Amino acid sequence: MNQASPIVEIRNLDYAVSNRPIFVGLDIEIQRGLITAVMGPSGTGKTTLLRLITGQVQADSGSIEVAGENLRALSRAKLYVLRRRMGMLFQNGALLTDLSVFENVAFPLREHTNLSERLIRQLVLTKLQAVGLRGAAEMMPAELSGGMSRRVALARAIVMDPELLIYDEPFVGLDPISLGVILRLIRRLNDTLGITSIVVSHDVKEISSVADQVFLLSGGKVVAHGTPSELKSYPSETVKQFVGGLADGPVPFHFPAPDYFGELLSRSGDL
Amino acid sequence: MNALRELWQSLTDSLEKLGAVIQFLLRLIANSPRALMRFDLISQQIFNCGALSLVIIMLSGVFVGMVLGLQGYDLLQRFGSEEALGEAAAIGLVKELGPVVTALLFAGRAGTALASELGLMRATDQISAMEMMAVDPIQRVVVPRFLGGVIAMPLLAAVFSVIGIFGAQLVGVQFKGVDAGSFWSQMRASVTLADVNMGIVKSLVFGVACSLIAVYQGYYATPTAEGVGRATTYTVVTSAVVILFLDYLITAAFL
Amino acid sequence: MGKSRTLNLGTGTFVLLGFAALFFLTTQTTSRGLPFMSPPHYDLTAKFDNVGDLKVGSPVSMSGVEIGRVTKIDFDQSDYKAVVVLRVNAKYNQIPTDSDASIYTQGLLGGKFIGLTAGGADTYLKDKDQIDFTQSAFVLESMIGQLLANFTKSKADAADATPAPAPAPTDSKAAGKPKAAEKAK
Repeated sequence: MNQASPIVEIRNLDYAVSNRPIFVGLDIEIQRGLITAVMGPSGTGKTTLLRLITGQVQADSGSIEVAGENLRALSRAKLYVLRRRMGMLFQNGALLTDLSVFENVAFPLREHTNLSERLIRQLVLTKLQAVGLRGAAEMMPAELSGGMSRRVALARAIVMDPELLIYDEPFVGLDPISLGVILRLIRRLNDTLGITSIVVSHDVKEISSVADQVFLLSGGKVVAHGTPSELKSYPSETVKQFVGGLADGPVPFHFPAPDYFGELLSRSGDL
Repeated sequence: MNALRELWQSLTDSLEKLGAVIQFLLRLIANSPRALMRFDLISQQIFNCGALSLVIIMLSGVFVGMVLGLQGYDLLQRFGSEEALGEAAAIGLVKELGPVVTALLFAGRAGTALASELGLMRATDQISAMEMMAVDPIQRVVVPRFLGGVIAMPLLAAVFSVIGIFGAQLVGVQFKGVDAGSFWSQMRASVTLADVNMGIVKSLVFGVACSLIAVYQGYYATPTAEGVGRATTYTVVTSAVVILFLDYLITAAFL
Repeated sequence: MGKSRTLNLGTGTFVLLGFAALFFLTTQTTSRGLPFMSPPHYDLTAKFDNVGDLKVGSPVSMSGVEIGRVTKIDFDQSDYKAVVVLRVNAKYNQIPTDSDASIYTQGLLGGKFIGLTAGGADTYLKDKDQIDFTQSAFVLESMIGQLLANFTKSKADAADATPAPAPAPTDSKAAGKPKAAEKAK
């Protein structure tokens, strides 16, 4: 456990979209060097949280500090500088479709550095090797499977050696093999590169096998926080339902509807 | 009473939209100098908008020119002035048909391509990914497309007009027997540089308008499949109306 | 790498084609021709009382053959006359110095052009020479006004039963003719 200050500090965050509150008084601390999972039912705003952390949207009130920088105080240029220290893996990879795999990974290098072609080539191939796709360097994104494009996107996310890696739902739609690959990569990269990882997901089983810390969000607040094993025995109905994958509980099975028999009878009554 | 309020609402909405679009245009212009340094991106977009539209422009130019030749001949020979066919065809094409028809075709082919490309990038998070990689998507992806369209339009319109003139010549001289010498000499005697300039100005203005609408719709498309589809349809429809409206303004201003 | 090659080739071809088309439109459809390919020429000036709607670019012809173009129309405030610069093709270098320049109308209601009529002098006009004998444009309104004036006057005279005096000529036409007749000797 790292004794240095948290890499991400969110205090008392409020955020609403068209008068619908998403977060109310949110407090989250992400420790350096760990893999932190952010979980919750669909629609709790997990992706929104990522956008707040990366500065893509602004909070209504409260503070967000990333690597010691207060996001609200940053100008656009400074925000861009901060973003170079982060890497983000999008749900569908988000590779640039008109560039090859090699060019996609080389993209940040070409845009931000003046490195020679030879150096760029070495860096790109190294990162591709780390994700196991060095042989696919000349392929186009359209030719890749879902799992492969996500791995390329991962190579791209680490090519500038960021301090913080953010994964937005990396397990969605993957077959068991690709899933295993991604899990392995998340753990290995975090440890070998000495970075911090934030994984947003709702795959409890998958993420529990690699995460060091878990935050469970529901109703705009943190309802549970701890290690994966701590969460399994957390004394809360909400947590139990989510972790156990139970069909009914604090999140009801039935969508609010009028009385069942009443509705059936009134239908036949109209005949 | 409700209808009036709705009318007022749609009016203010349109005005707001217009303001947003103009702001976007200013942002594009402000980013243009830096984008020009990445000429490879712009050149790729010139290919995208221009070279790939050449075939449809040339085909349309031939047919429009030939129809112009037919109709022009039919009308002029009633007054015994068939010799003026070259002049009529050239003026019609250079001042009006060239810029306008090219712009409409451009909106349909290149405009939709631009809108759907940007819309798709938006829908697949490529734009967000770029922002996350600290690359300004406006500079990298939008401005090159905008400039590519603006540069390609006048060139396309010129090609259209030239091919159209030859199409009219084909019909007039080869089919209908108008004297080739008179066809060209009367044209030369009456078409002025001012006419050609008006055509160039028009196609430039149309280029700006069409490219702007296309990239705006694509960039701000709702990131879903229907959103991209809507963006493309809206691009063509809005472009067409704007082109015709601007055509009136420019023609009136010059005459 | 092959992809970017075809791309650049395609873009280049397109841009070339586009500019060729623009070039064609400006030079082959207008009377401008190519400035650097225009034949050698020399300039003459002529002063007129009234140029009517003679335009820059209007033709200059002699015996019905186009020998040049009007390149400039200016106004001289010292003698209140219009100054017209005619650019004549250099191969027509035997125009007598006493030739006259008149502004005619093409057809019935067409544009104006300058017609030169040869004089009888032995010396020829050179670059920057001035044509001294000019005849202004036919202005429809003043001719109609003159006609009406004559008409009412002759009616009035006929009523008075006195012979109507011939109206004094108001433009340089009559003034020019005797001069030309003199010089032709």
